[in-house]
Amino acid sequence: MLHLTYLIILLPLVGFGILLAAGRRLGDPAAGWVGTIAVVASFAVSVGVYLSLLQVNAPVRSYGQDLWSWIPVDRLQVHAALYVDPLSMTMVLFITGISSLIHLYSIGYMKGDRDFPKFFLYMNLFVASMLILVLGSNLLVTFVGWEGVGTCSYWLVSFWFTRDSAASAGKKAFVYNRIGDVGFLLAIFLVWSKVHTFDYQVIFANIDKIGSANITAICLLLLVGVMGKSAQIPLFPWLADAMEGPTPVSALIHAATMVTAGVYLLCRVSPLLHASPSAELTIAIVGAATAFVAATIACAQQDIKKVLAYSTVSQLGYMFLAIGCGAYTAAIFLMVAHAFFKGLLFLGAGSVIHGLHDEQDLKRMGNLRAYLPITFITFAIGWLCIAAVPPLSGFWAKGDILDNTWAAHPGLWVVGIVTAALTAYYMSRLTGLAFFGRDRWAGADDGPVPDAAHAHHADGHSSEPHESPWIMTVPLWILSFFAAVAGVMAISGSRFSLANWVDPVFGSNLFHDNLSSSAEWTLAIIDAVVAIVFVLIGLRLWSTRSERPALEASFLRGAWYINELYDTVFGRPSERLAAFCADVVDPKVIDGAVNGVAGAFRGSGSLLRRTQTGYVRNYLVGIMFGAVVILGFMLTRMWWG
Amino acid sequence: MTAALLTLAATSGHPTIPDVGVFAVAAAIVIAGAVGVVVARNPVHSALMLVMTLFGVAVLFVLQQANFLAAVQVIVYAGAIVVLFLFVIMFLGVDREEDIRAEPLRGQRPLAIALVVLGTTGLLLLGQVSKWTTGQPSVAGSDTGAPNVNLLGKSLYTTYLFPFEATSALLIIAVVGAVVLARRPPATSAEDAVDETPTDDVVTDRTPGAPEAPGTPGAVTTGAVATPAGADVDPADTEVDA
Amino acid sequence: MSISPAWYLGLSTVLFAIGAVGVLVRRNVLIMFMCVELMLNAANLAFVTFARTLHDIGGQVLVFFVLVVAAAEVVVGLGIVVAIFRRRASANADDLHLMKG
Repeated sequence: MLHLTYLIILLPLVGFGILLAAGRRLGDPAAGWVGTIAVVASFAVSVGVYLSLLQVNAPVRSYGQDLWSWIPVDRLQVHAALYVDPLSMTMVLFITGISSLIHLYSIGYMKGDRDFPKFFLYMNLFVASMLILVLGSNLLVTFVGWEGVGTCSYWLVSFWFTRDSAASAGKKAFVYNRIGDVGFLLAIFLVWSKVHTFDYQVIFANIDKIGSANITAICLLLLVGVMGKSAQIPLFPWLADAMEGPTPVSALIHAATMVTAGVYLLCRVSPLLHASPSAELTIAIVGAATAFVAATIACAQQDIKKVLAYSTVSQLGYMFLAIGCGAYTAAIFLMVAHAFFKGLLFLGAGSVIHGLHDEQDLKRMGNLRAYLPITFITFAIGWLCIAAVPPLSGFWAKGDILDNTWAAHPGLWVVGIVTAALTAYYMSRLTGLAFFGRDRWAGADDGPVPDAAHAHHADGHSSEPHESPWIMTVPLWILSFFAAVAGVMAISGSRFSLANWVDPVFGSNLFHDNLSSSAEWTLAIIDAVVAIVFVLIGLRLWSTRSERPALEASFLRGAWYINELYDTVFGRPSERLAAFCADVVDPKVIDGAVNGVAGAFRGSGSLLRRTQTGYVRNYLVGIMFGAVVILGFMLTRMWWG
Repeated sequence: MTAALLTLAATSGHPTIPDVGVFAVAAAIVIAGAVGVVVARNPVHSALMLVMTLFGVAVLFVLQQANFLAAVQVIVYAGAIVVLFLFVIMFLGVDREEDIRAEPLRGQRPLAIALVVLGTTGLLLLGQVSKWTTGQPSVAGSDTGAPNVNLLGKSLYTTYLFPFEATSALLIIAVVGAVVLARRPPATSAEDAVDETPTDDVVTDRTPGAPEAPGTPGAVTTGAVATPAGADVDPADTEVDA
Repeated sequence: MSISPAWYLGLSTVLFAIGAVGVLVRRNVLIMFMCVELMLNAANLAFVTFARTLHDIGGQVLVFFVLVVAAAEVVVGLGIVVAIFRRRASANADDLHLMKG
């Protein structure tokens, strides 16, 4: 079945093609089913490929599939080739699996939207691009997927582009991504200049040829790219704004898949990272700082999706912290678990928004567990996962990371555990405000309508929140199941052990914490206690009262005013430069040059026109002059050969 | 080049007194006549000086054993062309004097002198330094060995037959052209029937043989306004008769 | 045979120069024409000189043709002068500057 790997990418592309050609005719909901079936089929194939890969019993399971020769130019030989190994397979499985569930969910969520088929078109293209990203066997194929997901993210975030904020959020996401892409491209160029190949395996085989300074440079440049894609400091503001997109988009792209592309990339280039300890340390510090900062911001947000967005940034910070310590498997563990529970949380939030007729403000929710029971149960599972309450998956994953951090950089462990406390706290705040306490949602018609898809709900329906249809709750159940039990991957030696599966990919580059059993237990207990205590604190504080200004500093709510900072430092000067170009450079310099050329010709023409006097005798002088010139030429030829 | 010519000349003997004398006189005549053509105020005087120059050149031809050409020069050039010139001068009545001191065009005179001086020096220098290009002794055959006329005729009708025929065609065309150019416009053409034809005939048709009085405006054709001679004619009604 | 050709060529050059000056300086069309004839004669002289020096009859044949063409040119040229004169009663070259750019 391994030879069918290309189908994993092809099937969503076929779905994209069908929807591109006939989407409008298929309409609501047929287009949605087409998109969903494409991704489900891709998932089926990936399961098959996974099982075949299991059969390969080599120490490092891998399978390469060369599709065609993409760039055959002299020294630059690049193939469109796929590379299947446990790392990419893990990504493929959860990408296609969670995408299938989210596609199914979207059929219900986007029902009635004017551009229903276009949504699934973009989503299929996105899944295809993401799969290209993770299955690529060389940097260029990965970059194609990287750009593809960035573009689809732009399209999907600004899906309701008639709304100014959505259009500008899409632009913001794309621009931040692009800034990161510069780093990625520079890294690719640097790699090429040293080893003249883009293929991962060949690069890793030739690491000693690169030189340690260059390796550090490459790693740091890749980190810049990752900062853009995975929303780390300093390129994270776009993720919060990207919540303008429909909730399934937030769930898929900005929680489960696109933002994890950075994690994948750094894991993929683990040999390079391992060869540069300074880069690793930088990554760890960036990750820890991001985790902390984002967690503080999330504590003060009012929009349910923004809390989840900053939470994503924070969890991604954890993953990079793990990578920075060399604990790649731990990062992957959290990535998988996070995909499940964050996807679940977002879909649950979508369910809440849908049920409340497009209300996103936490202060206007409350006591929803009485009205949205299924949503509440599934959301609660996700909540407890992310808060790292045992025995759910989040506890094991975060614990794994914190153990490795304690062993590698104890200072960062402190940041990690504080962030874990904050995570538990703000998630409990969210749950408390939304599902507990008094009903504050009375009156669904006051307040803006963020989700244009549900505008039609605003009139005629009862304003009481209602549970979502089966098409939206089934994915919630499935995800909550996986979120809960994903912890089994931590059991080493078992059939589900993630370490057994993925460790061989990293080989000796992997960091082993080698903690003594007592150290492990101590850390585990600390984690559990911190989680449970702060869950209770958060719940207690926020299920009783919805307004606590002391705990919601405006500095935090304004995201450390980083948007304002960027505006002052980059935005205004750029605007002034643009205005300068538009008002001065364009009309005076460029137009001036063009018109100047025309003017010069006109002027010279007028000048030359003076020789046309009309007098024959003047023309005769001209003839004589020409004759003298020819004479002179002949003379010079005579003299100088 | 000159060196080659000089050796050539040297081998054929040095100049004799009669040769030098004739050359000097002929050269003087030529130069004097040329200067006269340029300087004379009356065009008729210019034409007569031209005749003088042509005669001088004919003498120089004879001196160089180009006898036939000398004869042709006198007959055709001096005899026909200059006479034609005189005919036209008399016919048009442009034998008025022209003020040679004034020069309406700016910079024309200095430029003319400068360019001509440059050109002349250039030519003279070229004569000094130029080299003979091919080694061939001649293109169309020798100029000695038979009487000049025989040689010329033979060459004309064999080697240069095509140019000869072309030139005769040229002559015919020239004659036709001259006739067409010089005739008066047809009096009975349909287009000018409206207001011009009858008057045109009456007004412009001079009695044959009567020369136009000098100083009066010349004949004008359809629609033209007579202007005093020498003044600029209004460009709007200038047409050249076909 | 005895006078060196250099003299003839020099004379030819001077004659040509005088003719050139005349064409450029005089305004009367007919006199300009006569100066052109001077220049042609200078060329003829040079041709005959070379015919003698190089013992090539071609030079004289060429003179023949120059003569014929000069005649034709004068005929047509004077015809044009007559036609112009009929229109404007002036044989001044400076009066014909309509083609001013």
